Amino acid sequence: MIGRDAALRTARRGGVVTVLALLGLAAIYVRALVFTPVERFQGPAQKIFYIHAPAAWAALVAFAITGILSLLYLFLKDRKLDLVAASSAEVGVAFGMVMLTTGPIWGKPIWGTWWTWDARLTSTLFIFLLFVGYLALRNAVTDPGTRAAYSAVIGIMALVLVPFIHVTVYWFRTLHPQPVLVKPSSPSLPGVMLVTLLLSIVVFTVLYVGFTMQRYALAVLRELKAEEVARAVS
Amino acid sequence: MSASTFVRASLAVAAKDLAIEWKTKTAFVSSMVFAVLVLAVLYFARDPTSVATIDVAPGALWVTFTFAAMVGLNRAFLLERENRAMDGLLLTPAPPTAIFVGKVLGNLVFVGVVELASVPLFILFYDLPIGAQLPELLLVMVMATVAFVAVGTLLSAMVVRTRFSEMMLPVLLLPFLVPPVVGAVQLTARILLDRPLSELAGWLKLLAAFDLVFLTLSILLFEATLEE
Repeated sequence: MIGRDAALRTARRGGVVTVLALLGLAAIYVRALVFTPVERFQGPAQKIFYIHAPAAWAALVAFAITGILSLLYLFLKDRKLDLVAASSAEVGVAFGMVMLTTGPIWGKPIWGTWWTWDARLTSTLFIFLLFVGYLALRNAVTDPGTRAAYSAVIGIMALVLVPFIHVTVYWFRTLHPQPVLVKPSSPSLPGVMLVTLLLSIVVFTVLYVGFTMQRYALAVLRELKAEEVARAVS
Repeated sequence: MSASTFVRASLAVAAKDLAIEWKTKTAFVSSMVFAVLVLAVLYFARDPTSVATIDVAPGALWVTFTFAAMVGLNRAFLLERENRAMDGLLLTPAPPTAIFVGKVLGNLVFVGVVELASVPLFILFYDLPIGAQLPELLLVMVMATVAFVAVGTLLSAMVVRTRFSEMMLPVLLLPFLVPPVVGAVQLTARILLDRPLSELAGWLKLLAAFDLVFLTLSILLFEATLEE
């Protein structure tokens, strides 16, 4: 377990990273709205893509990291791993909210519907709910050791479940735009838009790192406080 | 520990749980009544002039099974919470994994019996002429039930020791039941329409893979939930 001073240092560093990322985010807005051409078929609605896709990316990275850290926790039993996993899950849920709200805002003008049970929407919704459940479980366990063990178990199960959910919902026909970036052939996005998207992904990743660092420092401080209270009572 | 003592320990745990249930039958009766109610309510949850019963039947069946299983699954470790019976179980020479396998077996029998008892009612209520397809339906039921029970038993082992345990199980369990339930509904729909086996193969493989992966995973992970 790290001490109070180290936690405060992490919080400060996380704050700096977050501020840098927020500046980057402002720059991305300007670049996306002013310097990136309007898409021919979708018009201005497509602009939300520069927020939606990177938020989805950040959420999925966050959940993947939670899963991997859960696995590591069971072997190494290091409480830090558990706290980072939990922080990552919480930040992931926040990015998931961004993804799940920006998606329908784009979907209404382009698809003509706020929500559809398309494969990608369905699987991300379930993965999102899975991690909401993960956080709910953490809240329902009081003992830190038990909480860490239970969370790790759920984190690992979630990691294994994701491919199953993906196959399940994919066997329903999919309506979501096909990948434009990560796919076997070269990216099908015009150069300028591609650069905006990639920059936005970088910014969201840095934002994720900054948030998680701060959230982790907060988790450590809370644990230290709880231990202090426990000592004072006994 | 040899394989035969492991099996005997597991069977003893399962037999113990089933003996407790046999004495009172409370969980069985409530799960059964619950299943009948859900089946009946879902029959009315449609417009009878435009939606045929055969269209809602597969979904109704699996929603019923999911809910009924959830009512039963909470019970397995609730029994051990009273008087801290779990500590007693862990003090026995039986390895924790054998205890878990025993719990899974007991739950499989419990949920299986509830499901088997609901099927005739399902056929009766939804007026389905499915004599010939019954073996296929049973196969799907077995495969999906193994999935429900493997994940559900592990989650209930954790959930009973949390606050709001009755509320936690559905919240945690339902996302895990998406693949087996969707697969089972798709399979049941095709079986009721008497589609050829080739149309079932994909979903059957998915169910089999899910069973294999999550049964193994839950057995491996159970020991991690025992740490204090």
